[in-house]
Amino acid sequence: MTDTEKVIEIQVLRYRPEQETEPVLQSFKVPFTDDMSVLQGLQYIKDYLDGTVSFRWSCRMAICGSCGMMIDGKPKLSCKTFLREYYPAGLRIEALAHMPIERDLIVDAGDFITKLESIKPYIIPKEPRTLEQGEYLQTPQQRDMYEQFSSCINCMLCYAACPQYGLDKTFTGPGVLALMHRYNADSRDGASAERMDLGYAHEGFWGCTAVGYCSVVCPKGVDPANAINQNKMNSAINYFTRFVTPKGGTK
Amino acid sequence: MKRSNEPIFWSLFGAGGMLAALIGPALVLITGIAVPLGILFPADTMSYAHMLAFAQSWIGKILLLAVIALFMWHAAHRIAILLHDFGVHAVTVVKVVCYGLAFAGTVIAAWTLLGL
Repeated sequence: MTDTEKVIEIQVLRYRPEQETEPVLQSFKVPFTDDMSVLQGLQYIKDYLDGTVSFRWSCRMAICGSCGMMIDGKPKLSCKTFLREYYPAGLRIEALAHMPIERDLIVDAGDFITKLESIKPYIIPKEPRTLEQGEYLQTPQQRDMYEQFSSCINCMLCYAACPQYGLDKTFTGPGVLALMHRYNADSRDGASAERMDLGYAHEGFWGCTAVGYCSVVCPKGVDPANAINQNKMNSAINYFTRFVTPKGGTK
Repeated sequence: MKRSNEPIFWSLFGAGGMLAALIGPALVLITGIAVPLGILFPADTMSYAHMLAFAQSWIGKILLLAVIALFMWHAAHRIAILLHDFGVHAVTVVKVVCYGLAFAGTVIAAWTLLGL
């Protein structure tokens, strides 16, 4: 190997409920090469320096959504962020913001999962079809209506980025709202009305204060702020026309 | 779930934002730069007589009211949600003050324009 080995200081937020009442930073010196991700830095720590450091990871290629953490205060996937970007200053790794820490870099995702389930994140067909009727056909234009929003990997970086979610846990949050839009905007789906019961509420699209940081941090190019804005427009139209339109939405 | 009343304020905010983006820069250019410097427009474009005549026509009244009121509603909503994000949690007080000022501005503008 021609690469001279460099050493970087990584500060890791530790929280071991059995020995600490609140999280503390612990510093590690990690030798690294230019092709090493922050996740690989953490794996080095776990393998060679301190086996008790706990963090979630799986795929190492930005598709499983497990390894989200705060890196120098910004929500990032640690597998998609490289140590070389932080050399020589070093970096600080903390658990995702706005979520309770279970241990070290592992957060409790329960609130996110409950919210995700509440919007029925699957296609609910308009009417039942028999096998003989064949598959649901969709034009490229119909697919374009939702495609980018279907790239969400549930990594929760947008939740760590959203100041509104940080202040108000009743807010459904960017990722789940983008997914609500993803299914509502799908031409094969017929459950928009039941999902929008939440969408029209303060806990839904209206809780968003239009900061837009969610769309900046998304590692998959999803634009939750755009999904929310489109739905604010739809919801506002529905709000003013609900008494004169013949169908649905009136509560 | 309870339907939010936010669409009322958001619509005014959106309309004001759209108007600000579309004609705000043009207004700054015309009223703040071009007319005072005497370029592009005749020097007396914004003379009292011209402006009064504009404000006395119905189309002028409507345009002036739209610019004044919607810009204020836009600002009010933006300031209200910004204060919330910055950690000012007296939500009701913030909303009453911000939207109250926009409402008062709208009423005063409408009243004044009608009286001209």
